[in-house]
Amino acid sequence: MTDLIQGLYSEGEKIADTKAPAGPIDKKWTQRKFDAKLVNPANRRKLDVIVVGTGLAGGAGAATLGEAGYNVKAFCYQDSPRRAHSIAAQGGINAAKNYKGDGDSIHRLFYDTVKGGDYRSRETNVYRLAEVSADIIDQCVAQGVPFAREYGGLLDNRSFGGVQVSRTFYARGQTGQQLLIGAYQALERQIAAGTVEMFTRHEMLEVIVVDGKARGIIARDMVTGEIETHLADAVVLASGGYGNVFFLSTNAMGCNVTAAWRAHRKGAYFGNPCYTQIHPTCIPQHGDKQSKLTLMSESLRNDGRIWVPKRAEDCDKDPRQIPEEDRDYYLERIYPSFGNLVPRDIASRQAKNMCDEGRGVGPAVVELQEDGSEREVRRGVYLDFAEAISRMGKDAVSAKYGNLFDMYERITGDNPYETPMRIYPAVHYTMGGLWVDYDLQSSIPGLFVTGEANFSDHGANRLGASALMQGLADGYFVMPNTIRNYLADGPFDKLDESHPAVQEARQSVESRVERFLTMGGTRSADSYHKELGRIMWEYCGMERTEEGLKKAIGMIRDLREDFWTNLRVPGQGRELNQSLEKAGRVADFLELGELMCIDALHRRESCGGHFRAESQTEDGEALRHDDEFAYVAAWEFAGDGDGRMSAPVLHKEDLVYEFIELKQRSYK
Amino acid sequence: MNLTLKIWRQAGPQAKGSMETYQVTDISEDMSFLEMLDVLNEDLTERGEEPVAFDSDCREGICGMCGLMISGHAHGPEVTTTCQLHMRSFRDGETITIEPWRADAFPVIKDLVVDRSSFDRIIQAGGFISANTGAAPEAHSVPVPKPLADRAFESAACIGCGACVAACPNASGMLFMGAKITHLGSLPQGQPERWARVQNMVATHDAEGFGGCTNIGECSAACPKEIPLDVISTLNSDLRKSRSQRH
Ligand code: FES
Repeated sequence: MTDLIQGLYSEGEKIADTKAPAGPIDKKWTQRKFDAKLVNPANRRKLDVIVVGTGLAGGAGAATLGEAGYNVKAFCYQDSPRRAHSIAAQGGINAAKNYKGDGDSIHRLFYDTVKGGDYRSRETNVYRLAEVSADIIDQCVAQGVPFAREYGGLLDNRSFGGVQVSRTFYARGQTGQQLLIGAYQALERQIAAGTVEMFTRHEMLEVIVVDGKARGIIARDMVTGEIETHLADAVVLASGGYGNVFFLSTNAMGCNVTAAWRAHRKGAYFGNPCYTQIHPTCIPQHGDKQSKLTLMSESLRNDGRIWVPKRAEDCDKDPRQIPEEDRDYYLERIYPSFGNLVPRDIASRQAKNMCDEGRGVGPAVVELQEDGSEREVRRGVYLDFAEAISRMGKDAVSAKYGNLFDMYERITGDNPYETPMRIYPAVHYTMGGLWVDYDLQSSIPGLFVTGEANFSDHGANRLGASALMQGLADGYFVMPNTIRNYLADGPFDKLDESHPAVQEARQSVESRVERFLTMGGTRSADSYHKELGRIMWEYCGMERTEEGLKKAIGMIRDLREDFWTNLRVPGQGRELNQSLEKAGRVADFLELGELMCIDALHRRESCGGHFRAESQTEDGEALRHDDEFAYVAAWEFAGDGDGRMSAPVLHKEDLVYEFIELKQRSYK
Repeated sequence: MNLTLKIWRQAGPQAKGSMETYQVTDISEDMSFLEMLDVLNEDLTERGEEPVAFDSDCREGICGMCGLMISGHAHGPEVTTTCQLHMRSFRDGETITIEPWRADAFPVIKDLVVDRSSFDRIIQAGGFISANTGAAPEAHSVPVPKPLADRAFESAACIGCGACVAACPNASGMLFMGAKITHLGSLPQGQPERWARVQNMVATHDAEGFGGCTNIGECSAACPKEIPLDVISTLNSDLRKSRSQRH
């Protein structure tokens, strides 16, 4: 291991995936499924698997494992698995079906995903994702997912997120909902069949590791407050992303990093934590009491035109009074060939640039500045449908986007048929997550990680309509096939709740809960969360600098110290206590935030959603450094010392591109 | 704006609850209803009192986790979810009463939080198409006529929030159940289990303590996703047919 680097981290041994078989890329998955050991059907009943989180990845995974005959326990913090935030995805799901005959193929979806991820993802995993994508559509149709259809009764597709083929399947603006309900129904069917036992309103607070293997979890029943021990032969985390570290994001209120972070603290490496996706088309913030941000499908960019006034003094004006020649359609100007359809990271950063220049529109919000002072900035750009309405007619626009327009009007009180929408980027998805190998197994044997919770498929930037694809690919097709290789060696030694490792896990949860309840400070968990969010957004958001990140690390440490002395959690432990739930989640976000900043600081290049101001081309575009940074940063937790997290250890996994040639992205 | 809130407080499932009165001040009309409650809760926490427990998650009208009776209306005065209700729908100085969903099948857990797991059990009884992973035929092997696909989609828009039950004087779950019966029963893939599905779901619905339907229509009027009332006709017709189809 190296000495401390920049006083913040050290570097350990390199790591590599050992599970993807050698050979041509289009044969690897078939080969792996063949090599992975089988579990005799009679033995499956004797194998217990815990699944944490029941969104697309977890719900699909739990249902599939149940169908196969394993003994599954599934956990979610909501009152029903049907609520998971996968439900909110609007746009669609990609699949290489080539139903339009427009030249799509597995290889093209693979290529687009690797390129879209700015060459920071693992080829083998991405190829497999593209390979199983078509099976997902078959599976969902068989379950009754009501995808959009053409008059002939066949499935409709659209082009999405700037790709040049139509491979996106959709169900109006509610694709996530329909896919999730499909997975939910499959899961409920297994619950009825007795193969899956469902624990709703339960939150996982610790993973149990015995002799280096994941053997269960400690969970809190959020209704009774009881702390429960659940033992198993393997654990699957499908607990989603950590965008809520920014406080304001498009995530649901309850989305959190606790399950993943607790696993990280127990030895699971955290991959690329700084890779955050900021989605360009969200409804701007209205004030400082805002609790979350709402995304509108980026399909809006297919017909809407994005602009800001050319002159800052016009920003107050009614946009309809600003003549064409005084408008700056900046994406069309800077990127003539892609225009309004440039990838998410570019569209987002340019919106920020326009507002930083003082040409933003809408109400001004108070922001933290580099020097720690506050200023008021207008954070919004116009997304204008006037041209689309005159070209296609109002009815056609309404047929295509009606539900999004209604949603916009409900939230803002403005009618987008009459006045341009205002949009601004918001944190939406985290590409980073727990490091996994080709089998989706983390660095803790027996701990598998699926969906947004892992780091594996999207590199530094995720393409539109690929999150649903990955969640269901992992849940239905990948994890159930790889976990059997691990489970084939089970059932493992019978474990007792009195085992010291189990006791230790349980006690650490109990004493943490106790500590929250007895701290008796003055500030609410929410107030800390908001403050952390402001730090993260300012210094680890759309643009990151060495100086800013260093400052953020200091600020987060101070905030964390204050949190652990000054927090107030009302109520009791043995009851439904939403303040207590929140406190635990914020405590983990306060640690994750620091790691994200360290990761962002160490990656002195710009790639995908990670833009380092020091690494840009002359005309302000992201500049990658493939010679230095073509690797996954997998971080190992190094323990706590003096009430502080010790400097984490960086393990690099080199990204080897055998099948795709690395290129600088250009959308000009 | 400034508002008076009368809120149902109940310490636990067995506790006796009561309405309590609170004031909130300086509420902006751009805030959502739940953000207004967040402000109240921050206030209460600061004063050392227990915040009001209520459910919400996505806060964008799609997960179905939120749901409050607001001045006697499920999800309040607009046709939307509680989380998508904004304060511009209220007047300065107004008194708003806030209660949980009331139904035998949705017992109160605490304050405004209720247990809707009875809905999950109705789905368990048959609200699915049995298609194990990996066994699916090619998606284009069965075309679905667009009118049927559209009908399926329209009823599949249900978010399972429970407003229909809360709005119904009989606390019936027929709109929720009818939506699922119609969704799956409209599709060719849903035909093999169609008759067993309706019988099993209806039996579970009744056993869970939901009331019967007397065609009042409050359910559909309160539904944030505007599920049409005729899904209940579809349900009833399927139930009738199922009796002659089976055996
Ligand atoms: S919180 Fe999800 S629908 Fe209201």
